[in-house]
Amino acid sequence: MLIKCPADIPPSEITPREQFERRREFLRHAGLGVAAATALWHGLLPEARAASALGPLIAGPYRTDETPTPFEAVTRYNNFYEFGTDKEDPAKNAVRMALEPWTVRVEGLVNKPQTFDIDTLRKLAPLEERIYRLRCVEAWSMVVPWVGYPLAALLRAVEPLGSAKYVAFVTHYDPQIMLRRPVLDWPYTEGLRLDEALHPLTLLTFGLYGELLPAQNGAPLRIVVPWKYGFKSIKSLVAIRLTERQPATAWNTAAPHEYGFYANVNPEVSHPRWSQATERRIGELRRRPTLMFNGYAEQVAQLYQGMDLKTNF
Amino acid sequence: MNLRIPTARQIAFIKMAVFLLCSIPAAHLAAGWFSGTLGANPIQALQHATGEWTLRMLLITLAVTPLRRLTGIHWLLRLRRMLGLFAFAWACAHLANWLWLDLWLDWTLIAHDILERPYVTVGLAAFVLMVPLAATSNAFAIGRLGGRRWQALHRSVYAIAVLGVVHFWWLVKADVLEPLLYALALAALLGVRGWWRELERRRQLAAGGPGCPQIKNKVIRIVPR
Repeated sequence: MLIKCPADIPPSEITPREQFERRREFLRHAGLGVAAATALWHGLLPEARAASALGPLIAGPYRTDETPTPFEAVTRYNNFYEFGTDKEDPAKNAVRMALEPWTVRVEGLVNKPQTFDIDTLRKLAPLEERIYRLRCVEAWSMVVPWVGYPLAALLRAVEPLGSAKYVAFVTHYDPQIMLRRPVLDWPYTEGLRLDEALHPLTLLTFGLYGELLPAQNGAPLRIVVPWKYGFKSIKSLVAIRLTERQPATAWNTAAPHEYGFYANVNPEVSHPRWSQATERRIGELRRRPTLMFNGYAEQVAQLYQGMDLKTNF
Repeated sequence: MNLRIPTARQIAFIKMAVFLLCSIPAAHLAAGWFSGTLGANPIQALQHATGEWTLRMLLITLAVTPLRRLTGIHWLLRLRRMLGLFAFAWACAHLANWLWLDLWLDWTLIAHDILERPYVTVGLAAFVLMVPLAATSNAFAIGRLGGRRWQALHRSVYAIAVLGVVHFWWLVKADVLEPLLYALALAALLGVRGWWRELERRRQLAAGGPGCPQIKNKVIRIVPR
């Protein structure tokens, strides 16, 4: 597949290198500080955390130079309904999730179905830092420095069969520590078309801000699909299944008229409760216009050529 | 102090205390706004808080009559106007936050929201219905309208409360637990009125008397006791 490079950035949007690096350094320190404080708070030694740190990262392609949303907001303003429906609930409750041992089953229409443990998965491909825009269907957005590698690397390792057309994902569900009320059909499920899942923007994600993913952000691993609404980016992944038919997904099952299978960020197709024309970037007061495919149109628009995105929303 | 028959001074004191009590959430919210402790999306936090307080104050206002009847503490009625006005004040804050901080007075966006999203339409309708009640919440208006007409007008508070709960129910994404709690509270408050009304209807039927013909199964006008 031909991978297009992002368009040239107008000079007005380029941050002077010196200033940019100072900001990165400041953010890293701020991030580390909060992470260390969090670790201490939960009775973990900072050293224990450092030992499992993500190691050297390479700067991935497609990163935006927009200012990342502060670590504090990224990790305290979350939708993870298994841990509560208020934005601050997951940060309070998700720490109860046991992250070890953790395995991911990859099965279905593949030559080599297997169960990976998290350490093996982390080492499957070089880890990149990718700063992506994240757009929630509720019309707010963030900019997050994720750490991971393209999901394609994992999918290629299991060798999809020619008949595979879709990829289904399943979130960990433990009724002992998670919400038992049937807000959605637990466990949470999501899905992508195989070509979407293989797209180099689709990231198998293990960390953010250079640190391991916090539980509320989908530890120990999640998918990030930056051109789709946030709910497509499934958290705390335990199973991947390649299928011939379009898989059922949690939100689409709960309210098919409101949440389509594709859920591409599209300012022209509004949700019954939210206009999608504008969004509020967390940390900003005024709304900004929403970009088609969340600003990734150049990379992904060809995936949907000939499709009516109003019916396939 | 005699709880049943307080003096005028004591009533004034109680009113002041209730006013201060009702002002606490607003002060707390304002402090949160200025100290930046409303979370990552303070405008949304403000929107939710002002909406929930509108509903709470409406329910508290509607609780005055049943409470008064159950306890026999009749001066509770003298707090009702203030409680209702607090509900209106929260509704104003809710509307202002939406129009200004959320949508920055972008009238195209606002018009689309009102026309295309039923929960917005219903919420706005509830607000519009509150305006005449707030405007006639003074002795002059009561005198001008006459007690009976004033009371008929102010019965629209029932519709307002129902619209408010529907507004909340419609806007939640998946988890209806919270709106369900408000709906149950409202159902209890309206249900008890319906029940008492039915009892009164039966009593008047049984008692007979002028203007109250003995016709079974026919809805008759109830003379308030």
